[in-house]
Amino acid sequence: MAVKLASILFTMILVDNYVLVKFLGICPFLGVSKKLDSAFGMSCAVVFVMTLATAVTWPIQNFLLTPMGPDGQLKWDLGYLQTIVFILVIAVLVQLVEIIMRKYMPPLHKALGVYLPLITTNCAVLGVTVLNIDNGYNFVESIVCAIGAGLGFMLAMVIFSGVRKRLEDAQPPKCFEGLPITLVAASAAALSFGGFGGIIEGIFGTV
Amino acid sequence: MEIGLAIAIVSVLGLIGAVILVLAAKFMSVEQDPRIDQVSGCLPGANCGACGYAGCADYARAVVEEGAAVNKCVPGGAKAAADVAAVMGVEAGATAVVKAVVGCQGKPGVCTQLFSYEGISSCAAAAALHGGPKACTFGCLGLGDCVKACPFDAMHIVDGIAQVDPAKCVGCGACAKVCPHNVISILGVTPEKPRVLCNNQEKGALVNKECSTGCIGCMKCQKTCQHDAVKVENFLARIDYSKCVGCGECVEACPKHVIVF
Repeated sequence: MAVKLASILFTMILVDNYVLVKFLGICPFLGVSKKLDSAFGMSCAVVFVMTLATAVTWPIQNFLLTPMGPDGQLKWDLGYLQTIVFILVIAVLVQLVEIIMRKYMPPLHKALGVYLPLITTNCAVLGVTVLNIDNGYNFVESIVCAIGAGLGFMLAMVIFSGVRKRLEDAQPPKCFEGLPITLVAASAAALSFGGFGGIIEGIFGTV
Repeated sequence: MEIGLAIAIVSVLGLIGAVILVLAAKFMSVEQDPRIDQVSGCLPGANCGACGYAGCADYARAVVEEGAAVNKCVPGGAKAAADVAAVMGVEAGATAVVKAVVGCQGKPGVCTQLFSYEGISSCAAAAALHGGPKACTFGCLGLGDCVKACPFDAMHIVDGIAQVDPAKCVGCGACAKVCPHNVISILGVTPEKPRVLCNNQEKGALVNKECSTGCIGCMKCQKTCQHDAVKVENFLARIDYSKCVGCGECVEACPKHVIVF
């Protein structure tokens, strides 16, 4: 069990990195990675929201949309409602968390608050909740998977904010300045994460 | 049957979410400056981050709570700046007027030429070659890097020296950034205040050899000024515009006609 959870966690961080391998959440990846501290703040908010969203959407999927009867048969199958219900729930959840934070945890709200509305219906957050269901994970595995996905996002953001800093001092050809050279650098970073393929099976064995 | 269930589930979830949010907003509301919402309303809401803040809401908060400048929204432009200024009760145009000032009068003939420069027509290239063809290594090279940098067509080379068109200059500082000799400064000067048109920080005897209108650091302006506004540092006069009243006594005192209106 512990081995499987560790395997899921590190797979999500390195091999199936949400930003650099699955290409989800590219918008904040390019938008907020200019400075290290804002990249880190954004990533913390993403870890938090991903975990919370998974904790709420997993029961909804398994008890409301596709509940199992006692005989092992589906009572009813409303799986096609997944996207719309998940978006609805995540949006409500993020807004609620923001309100609660602003009231009771002002310092935390100051640190994370501005990023929360930006990730209300971020594709990476929706992606992790949907893929958890598709992979057939149980509740604990889903939570670990969400934390791993968030940490993977954080790793990519922190690494790339360093790259962006170096890019600012570099002098690329005029036509590459700004976003083009950033995209080239992002693809190079994504390529490097391709090198992690197979490493998790090597460490933990095929689970 | 199943479609009814689907409609029921989505409606109930939506209703529960709405009720929770309404209750939360009611019971856990935090007093916040109503101007923040008003400022947010004036902004385009694109969350582009061009202002340097994490989205429009954060910029609105910074404007109200930290007194950030009202004209930072790039997509909103002048209209957004005016709207935000109206909410905040400040005038968008109330910010100090700054203009570029070229601190050099060393035209060819006035300033000694050391050699004839025939390289790339760029101040940066000329400055890299022994500080340029002029004897004075502080002065305007007149090859027009600032003219190319100016987005408002306010810089021109007249008689081998850069000149600012005050009507067009907005004080953005693009010219000052590219000038390899740092001759151009962005100053809050109105036409009534004098300015020092020299950048040479060498001793008077050396300056006299290089240029006939260079500041020799004779201190006459500093002694003449009754408002303690002129100071000579590194053999170069500097005017403190927060103290200068524009009386013009330093202009008359200057033997080299470096300080002019």
